[in-house]
Amino acid sequence: MAKITASVFTSHVPAIGAAMDLGKTQEDYWKPLFAGYDYSKQWMKDNKPDVIFLVYNDHATAFSLEMIPTFAIGTAAEFTPADEGWGPRPVPKVIGHPDLASHIAQSVIQQDFDLTIVNKMDVDHGLTVPLSLMCGELDPKKDAWPCPVIPFAVNVVQYPVPSGKRCFMLGQAIRKAVESYDDKLNVHIWGTGGMSHQLQGARAGLINREWDNAWLDQMIADPVGCANTPHIDYVREAGSEGIELVMWLIARGAMSDIVDGKVQGPAPVVKHRFYHVPASNTAVGHLILENA
Amino acid sequence: MSLEKPYLDVPGTIIFDAEQSRKGFWLNQFCMSLMKAENREKFKADERAYLDQWPMTEEQKQAVLARDLNWCMRTGGNIYFLAKIGATDGKSFQQMAGSMTGMTEEEYRNMMINGGRSVEGNRHLGEDGDAQPHRQPQGAAGKKA
Repeated sequence: MAKITASVFTSHVPAIGAAMDLGKTQEDYWKPLFAGYDYSKQWMKDNKPDVIFLVYNDHATAFSLEMIPTFAIGTAAEFTPADEGWGPRPVPKVIGHPDLASHIAQSVIQQDFDLTIVNKMDVDHGLTVPLSLMCGELDPKKDAWPCPVIPFAVNVVQYPVPSGKRCFMLGQAIRKAVESYDDKLNVHIWGTGGMSHQLQGARAGLINREWDNAWLDQMIADPVGCANTPHIDYVREAGSEGIELVMWLIARGAMSDIVDGKVQGPAPVVKHRFYHVPASNTAVGHLILENA
Repeated sequence: MSLEKPYLDVPGTIIFDAEQSRKGFWLNQFCMSLMKAENREKFKADERAYLDQWPMTEEQKQAVLARDLNWCMRTGGNIYFLAKIGATDGKSFQQMAGSMTGMTEEEYRNMMINGGRSVEGNRHLGEDGDAQPHRQPQGAAGKKA
């Protein structure tokens, strides 16, 4: 059967992608940030998954205001990196896993999560920046991402976004779905976005290092409590865009220590933890957890 | 019964909820059109004419022409959509976010390098943090204007 063995968490700031695409990673401003991912790139090579289930949000790219799905699963064979206005990022095309994705969609819907199924969409920096951070610079034509990716888009653009609690439950449903797939596959689940940042208004530039780190501590050790964090706490403490952190709870909920909604199994192993301010407007958080 | 909106008392912040989304529908859809290179060219060639093809309010058009992102947001714009205007102008997300504070690009960049804006005094309206209405504009850019 297929199995989720690890979860990866990272912010997905567009400027990080631009820094990589323009060869600026060794500049003083960016060096400390990319150094925080040196371990991760090696870890990816040593623990290459067969499939990445990548939870991210679309930033008014594939979804305009015409359609705003709360949870959307990409079941296509491939996904093209989008032109978000600056031209498409020069990164390889994202290859999907239609068979596992459709299986997960069917199983998760039968577990009462009404997913939107997407057979055609472009993917923006929300998805490609985490891949770049974990896999390094790749040639858009000659290279490929290390494995197929199932994009899973969560609405965090129009309020209300799904609650942390709902996201945490969804993660559990995704794990069940993966484990009911017959082929032996090593699956990683990634939660992306955050951490504290606000991109708008007089409060733009808000960063809350203390809150971010307390939230990370709680997400690792007391995920059930962390999932109960109300929306307004994210907005007030981590900025209006800090609410993206609910997506991390989907990946956390899919780890094997969570049984019937509670922490009952052995705690996951923290392989790597990193925090850095700033990347453009944002506090960058990064974590790798392996199932015990 | 009305919906609960606890986020209305966060200073310097407009939460893009269903009400804002309805107000800003055409403004945001106009922004979305700028994802195509040929539309970016058309817009740059004659901004007013391009805007006039959209059923936006006159105020929304003025806010776009003025590149006043706070004004755009008040009329229903969402930052991820408005970012397409910035991209068309060759601006980074940091330049766009900074433009909403009244700081110069350098002032805003330095604030971020020094750890970002503090949350202290900026959680609720009525406190005394730097994002509160009575402390605007925050920097040299806003004072010049």
